[in-house]
Amino acid sequence: MRINWIGIPAALIFLMIPSLSVAQDSVENLTPTDTSVSEMVTEDAAAEEIEAQPAAGELLLEADPGLDTSGMITVQDKPNDAGDQLVVTFEPAVNPEGIQCYNVYRRIAGEESEDAWNRVKVIPADEPPEFIDGYDPEYPIKPGIFYEYRIASVSLENVEYFGSVYGAEIAAKGELFHTNKVRLLIAGGLFITLIFYYFWKAQRGTKMYLRPIAGIEAIDEAIGRATEMGKPILYVPGISTISDVATIASLTILGRVAKRIAEYQTRIIVPNMDPIVYTVAEEAVKQAYLEAGRPDSYDPDSVFFLTQSQFAYVAGVNGIMMRDRPATNFYLGMFYAESLILAETGSLSGAIQIAGTDAVTQLPFFITTCDYTLIGEELYAASAYLGHEPKQIGAVKGQDACKAIVMSLITLALVLGILDLVANTHTLDWFRNLVTVSIVE
Amino acid sequence: MYDTIGIWVGAFFTLAIYSFLYKENPVYRLAEHLVVGISLGYTMVLIYNTVILPKLLEPLFAGNHWILIIPGLLGLLYITRFIPSIAWLSRYPIAFIMGTGMGIGFPLTMKAYVLRQLEAAMVPLYESGMPWYEVFGNIVMIFGTLAALIYFFFSKPHKGLFFGTGSKIGIWVIMLGFGATFGFTVMGRISLLIGRIQYLLGDWLHIIE
Repeated sequence: MRINWIGIPAALIFLMIPSLSVAQDSVENLTPTDTSVSEMVTEDAAAEEIEAQPAAGELLLEADPGLDTSGMITVQDKPNDAGDQLVVTFEPAVNPEGIQCYNVYRRIAGEESEDAWNRVKVIPADEPPEFIDGYDPEYPIKPGIFYEYRIASVSLENVEYFGSVYGAEIAAKGELFHTNKVRLLIAGGLFITLIFYYFWKAQRGTKMYLRPIAGIEAIDEAIGRATEMGKPILYVPGISTISDVATIASLTILGRVAKRIAEYQTRIIVPNMDPIVYTVAEEAVKQAYLEAGRPDSYDPDSVFFLTQSQFAYVAGVNGIMMRDRPATNFYLGMFYAESLILAETGSLSGAIQIAGTDAVTQLPFFITTCDYTLIGEELYAASAYLGHEPKQIGAVKGQDACKAIVMSLITLALVLGILDLVANTHTLDWFRNLVTVSIVE
Repeated sequence: MYDTIGIWVGAFFTLAIYSFLYKENPVYRLAEHLVVGISLGYTMVLIYNTVILPKLLEPLFAGNHWILIIPGLLGLLYITRFIPSIAWLSRYPIAFIMGTGMGIGFPLTMKAYVLRQLEAAMVPLYESGMPWYEVFGNIVMIFGTLAALIYFFFSKPHKGLFFGTGSKIGIWVIMLGFGATFGFTVMGRISLLIGRIQYLLGDWLHIIE
């Protein structure tokens, strides 16, 4: 019997999901149920008088009437988080004279040691007395844990004057649904639905038109040129990680290009900067040779990892260009400051060059130095053009529909803006609020 | 003493890399191989010290983060590439990284590249008290955005008044934007070149202060 080995880890992952859910529940049980009301912390009477402790070369003193300390500290759970953040506000010193900033210290409630205090924030005296605790990865907030806070007023001579210790009555609690992301959910859902709709239409055999793109049509020509000249083809899949959409688009194109190269029996060189991209690129090229019916022609040394340092990678690729003199260079994926150095060297070597990226800052360099450039979304569409697979053509059509929606909304906003001007209404503000998402969650 | 050696080594390799401007030569090749090799070795040590040791091995040996065994094992699956019979196992960490990358990236992209841009394009053409150049800027932005979007329509031929003219305006707008970006970036690159010249003439040759 043939065992489905691939299914075993997948089944394990499914089994883990209920366990994670139980773990989440157990965390929630630790936290108070009512978190809607702003919770105040109580003053810890026992710790009313905090002894000043020296830290990091600073001289710590008792509270001094000459330098006022902060008042009550209020701690609230931050909504829409994973239970790893608390909103901390405090009453600033009544007399702020001589205070340059406030040092906020935190420790787990119940710990008596003075060493347990960690300075989690420095707030300049002229800034609002509020911050979100939990951003510092060195001192994370853990869900269900109660903390104590104290604040030191720091004098101009860097002397700390400590206020009272306040224990938070509330612990951080995670939420499963981020209410501020509803608009994102709706927009994402709409776009995905459209793309799947056109997938479905394409699979049912509906003919879909794709307009010609010069850069994509030149790919075959460029491969043919290298074959005729008996020179290799260089394919640079960008320097970003596999999580980058441009990298994924590039690897899909690599599969198509490698298939043609395998058919033409030409040599391909694929230097990689990211180790994970390297493994995927290797798989893509190997698969392409297999699909072309020439697995024996595949050279394992054709796809290789060079280095993870940006300019060292550029130096290496430039060296390859000048030594191996490839007839065709492809630069498809995500590029940064190295784009011009690569494309300029390729131009010097006399290769025909086809570039494509969605990096707006690098596109001008490719346009000036390469023969053909795929601009932004043309890179994403290239794979569908090369493969002519109904699914991918459907996806391109779906993306066009998404663009049509965006254009319609902008046009509608334009009309509402004119209406506001003529009729003295405020419809545009209302309409814009429908698509507004906060910058910081 | 060590500083002086460092400056001489830096100057030598700066000139070695610049020698590429003449042509590919053995000195450039030496610098190229050194920089590739050293950067690779450095990255390995860096990743061991900043990721593997503090984020995997230390918490694991501390005995209270057993969950880290899962990513640790997933990472080890990459090594199965060297054993052809089980090389397929290396596809699991790749699939995991691609899946999580896309999952995390989707809402961020939706927010930053769709909704935030859409909101920014929803501005009134004119409001009372608005200076003329701001009105002109708003007109260029709104109609430029629409035209650029028309250019990126792939499923319609670029013919006729709407798609034909619209896409032509769109590519002009895009190229104007690229021109501005080009100039801006070149200025940054020139400052990098000035930095290297200052290093050679100042730190190395002491011709300039």
